[in-house]
Amino acid sequence: MGSLKIENVKKAFGPVEVLKGINLEVTDGEFVVFVGPSGCGKSTLLRVIAGLEDSTSGRVVIDGQDVSVTPPAKRGIAMVFQTYALYPHLTVKNNMGLGLKQAGTPAPEIDRRIGIASSMLSLEPYLERRPAELSGGQRQRVAIGRAVVREPKLFLFDEPLSNLDAALRVNTRLEIAQLHRRLKATMIYVTHDQVEAMTLADKIVVLNAGRIEQIGGPMELYNSPANEFVAGFIGSPKMNFIDGARLGETAKTIGVRPEHLTVDPKSGSWKGTVVHAEHLGADTNLYLDCEKAGLITVRIFGVYDAEPGATLYATPDPAKTYRFGADGKVLK
Amino acid sequence: MSTATRSLPRTIGAHAILLTYTAIALFPVILVIMNSFKSRAGIFGAPLTPPTPKTFDLIGYTTVIGQGDFIHYFQNSLVVTVASLFFVLLFGAMAAFALSEYRFRGNSLMGLYLALGIMIPIRLGTVAILQLMVASGLVNTLTALILVYTAQGLPLAIFILSEFMKQVSDDLKNAGRIDGLSEYTIFFRLVLPLVRPSMATVAVFTMIPIWNDLWFPLILAPSEETKTVTLGAQLFLGQFVTNWNAILAALSLAIMPVLILYVIFSRQLIRGITSGAVK
Repeated sequence: MGSLKIENVKKAFGPVEVLKGINLEVTDGEFVVFVGPSGCGKSTLLRVIAGLEDSTSGRVVIDGQDVSVTPPAKRGIAMVFQTYALYPHLTVKNNMGLGLKQAGTPAPEIDRRIGIASSMLSLEPYLERRPAELSGGQRQRVAIGRAVVREPKLFLFDEPLSNLDAALRVNTRLEIAQLHRRLKATMIYVTHDQVEAMTLADKIVVLNAGRIEQIGGPMELYNSPANEFVAGFIGSPKMNFIDGARLGETAKTIGVRPEHLTVDPKSGSWKGTVVHAEHLGADTNLYLDCEKAGLITVRIFGVYDAEPGATLYATPDPAKTYRFGADGKVLK
Repeated sequence: MSTATRSLPRTIGAHAILLTYTAIALFPVILVIMNSFKSRAGIFGAPLTPPTPKTFDLIGYTTVIGQGDFIHYFQNSLVVTVASLFFVLLFGAMAAFALSEYRFRGNSLMGLYLALGIMIPIRLGTVAILQLMVASGLVNTLTALILVYTAQGLPLAIFILSEFMKQVSDDLKNAGRIDGLSEYTIFFRLVLPLVRPSMATVAVFTMIPIWNDLWFPLILAPSEETKTVTLGAQLFLGQFVTNWNAILAALSLAIMPVLILYVIFSRQLIRGITSGAVK
């Protein structure tokens, strides 16, 4: 019903190569998240899939059909944008129905689908309103509803939560997850927020500088990152990277996540001074300046009292320490 | 009453400056309208006093309406202004959309070329334009004026509108594309309504010079059939005797239509000038 295959897609704007050969397969019903720092090409890749940008070379195949030269409206996709992109002059109902109307769907069918989508997203009270009369969260729900009524093969989300405030973001994230479970549709979701990626995805595609760094499930990426970039990008606070030579290791870089370090005031592997402590209630982040390891972050679950200037010893969990070679790849 | 953001001397100062400017700007207009209701003796005797029962006279207006075909001149002016305005806005907006929306070779060069007209006054080309109109048999037609004014108005319109169109969200246009709207529908239904305030700004800036122009009507269309109001008013301007009553009345009348059009556009205009300053 909605598979996607991307074969060696490249995209250049003049001399600037934004996508440097992307290969990817998405099976029917999967929730795939593209994640990466800004400028990594994730939005461009989504636009190429949508047909809003032409790829410089390579093929986009939706449901076994090469759509590389098909206009966006004929690709069987629907897209939700960061800025909602609702038509300001149309009511909520007409906003949702416009795509179907353009495709020549009979009116009763349009009404039926709008009915289903609006009850799914609890938009019924607002059907006759214009976008200007809605709040940000409601607007984004309308934008999602506009995608749902089209019953597309592929849902594309372009950072849909970035314009919402923190509380709404969590709610809408939940709604998108439920929507995916109900519709069992294939969804592709672009974000720079790794929390969204980890919570929503079946499969995460980590992009960097126009290349795919790693593809895998959230826990796979967390537990066995392929390289230094993925290790640093997934997980918060960020993984500590320590120069291997300073620790007398053969590997170029040693990586250890803040949550895989323990501290003790008396003894441990790395002696250090507390530079700063962040008390979040559920956990405490300590910044330690260590003699051997340099500045590292330690995440302690629960409350831990440590004054800046105090001396602490940090000990990494040897089973959860990563070793990276000179090329940034994980050493087995 | 002093507050953190306002102090009395500053308020008075600001108002004094604004009121002075308003008085200077309105003075000639009021003088024209005032004197148009006075007798000849009244105009020359005391030009700065408003009409008194003794000097009040409608002779100017009766002359204008009685003599010459003023209603017809008005019609000509209106046809030329409205038609030129329509074409300037239509073609200007379309060119601006193309420049701001599509990536094509020579895009910025084309934008520069189209904006060049702002810096070069079209009157420099009067002789060539006249030759062109003679060759194409358009002398003494309103079409000639409409063509020239459209050309004259386009550069500024394209320059202003393309800046505003760049601000229209890409996501909105892309949403339209995904919903299967054609590029024309996207332009007319999604983009144009959003840049309406800037269209009004362009409309006012384009309209006033066209309505007031004397140069091109005098050169390209001076016939009785195609005279515009400003040219028609010259009828009363003689070499030896000038009928001031009639001229002032004609000018007062000529202010009216442009004032009405301005009022229509001005509600949009304020938003056009200020939009973009704040989000």
